Amino acid sequence: MSLNSPADDTLVRIRGLKFFRGTRAIFDGVDIDIPRGSVTAIMGPSGTGKTTLLKLIGGQLRPDAGTIEVDGQNVHALSTADLYRLRMRMGMLFQSGALLTDLSVFENVAYPLREHTKLNSSMIRKLVLMKLEAVGLRGAYDLMPSELSGGMARRVALARAIALDPMMIMYDEPFTGQDPISMGVLVQLIRRLNDAAGITSVVVSHDVAEASEIADLIYVISDGRVIESGAPQALRETGGEWTRQFMDGLPDGPVPFHFPAPELESDLFGDRT
Amino acid sequence: MEWLAQLGRSGVSFSAGLGRAHLLMLAMLRGLPQLVRRPRLLVEQLLSVGVLTVLIIAVSGVFVGMVLGLQGFYILSRFGAEATLGVMVAASLVRELGPVVTALLFAGRAGSALSAEIGLMKATEQLSGLEMMAVNPEHRVLTPRLIAGIISMPLLAAMFSMLGVYGGWFVGVGLLGVDEGTYWAQMQSQIDWDDDVLNGVIKSLVFGVVCTWIAIFQGYDCIPTSEGVSRATTRTVVHSSLAVLGLDFVLTALMFN
Repeated sequence: MSLNSPADDTLVRIRGLKFFRGTRAIFDGVDIDIPRGSVTAIMGPSGTGKTTLLKLIGGQLRPDAGTIEVDGQNVHALSTADLYRLRMRMGMLFQSGALLTDLSVFENVAYPLREHTKLNSSMIRKLVLMKLEAVGLRGAYDLMPSELSGGMARRVALARAIALDPMMIMYDEPFTGQDPISMGVLVQLIRRLNDAAGITSVVVSHDVAEASEIADLIYVISDGRVIESGAPQALRETGGEWTRQFMDGLPDGPVPFHFPAPELESDLFGDRT
Repeated sequence: MEWLAQLGRSGVSFSAGLGRAHLLMLAMLRGLPQLVRRPRLLVEQLLSVGVLTVLIIAVSGVFVGMVLGLQGFYILSRFGAEATLGVMVAASLVRELGPVVTALLFAGRAGSALSAEIGLMKATEQLSGLEMMAVNPEHRVLTPRLIAGIISMPLLAAMFSMLGVYGGWFVGVGLLGVDEGTYWAQMQSQIDWDDDVLNGVIKSLVFGVVCTWIAIFQGYDCIPTSEGVSRATTRTVVHSSLAVLGLDFVLTALMFN
């Protein structure tokens, strides 16, 4: 997958994105193209604004400069009604799952269907059970969110995200805090849903191995800029020093092990109070 | 000069908060048409905001009425005026104690619960999740709670006053020997529908708007951490209580000259 895909093949096009929190630049001129039907991973160290990027794409935050187009529509120029119509075609899997805690698993997955369709309850039941079957949790339909493990909660949230058959799904740190089995299940699910339903997937993660395993294209961001982009293997082989340190998880390199501080000797034996 | 800068910062922060609270109120009011189409959302909140507050209101109403009966009898009997005990109990309750104590209890029970619930929904990304499901959380989550609070408060205050009157009757008539006919008849002849009852209802309506608005705003505007939610809950009770007491003086001055 290359960055030079034809324009029609690009589902999300970000140009000159700038976003500040106070005076701190989270994004300072970011350009990203997310091709249709692909799994694109946005990677980078913690605190680089990966989740913020998803919220910007979803229109929950407004950029200070630049444009974000999803399926040809400038997200931040849309009216509220049009933005909500666009969101119906976008799913988002939050890091916490964001399940509604007062509703059962079944009702959580049925929620978007009840809100946005006029389907009768029999049809909703069938659809919900099919979505739960897709994530392997049909048998857990009557559990409450408090009875689910972290991995199960994310799978239920995934079933809810695909309830309206969206054109794209954004995954916010889907692998964080998962045991190896849950992680393997989620990795497989993301790839399988992407390929079977022709969904475009955007995975925000700093879990290098898992994201590399399923991604067609990786963007590495740090300090408000895209450091590098390309296929996972290409990045490992030809990426710069910074990218290789990140991909290989080396403790020291361009990103120093130590937080900036005065010399140790002067700190220990100097006259600083 | 640091104190002056701090004062300025506090003033700006307060004004900004007030502005956000008013914008939130406008956003919630825009959700009214959706609520009319889906009354079930309101019924669910009437249960959690109103019905679940009934017990504390009922128990408090009875005890406040009983204390009024005791204190009233003690003072009135000095002047041989214990026949007017019913009027004193009823007037105190419907004019002042009913709306005010109900609002204070409402802030402590339902208001704090509203702030904590909305704050936790924010902290656990449930509100963001609704937004990304193309569901407006202000209309879907907040508007039903606001209207439920506004409807519940006058009803709870009426219940408080009614049970208080029976509490006073139990002590005055049942225990202290005031004539039952006099207790009720004096009340009937002296309590005015417009001046006393209606003004009390207006007060509790105003308190309903203010207490629920403060509770929802504090929850929605909180820092989405456990400490932020805790602070929001505390602020809800403190701000609501102060607003109720301050507004009570203003409303009383306006209503009873």
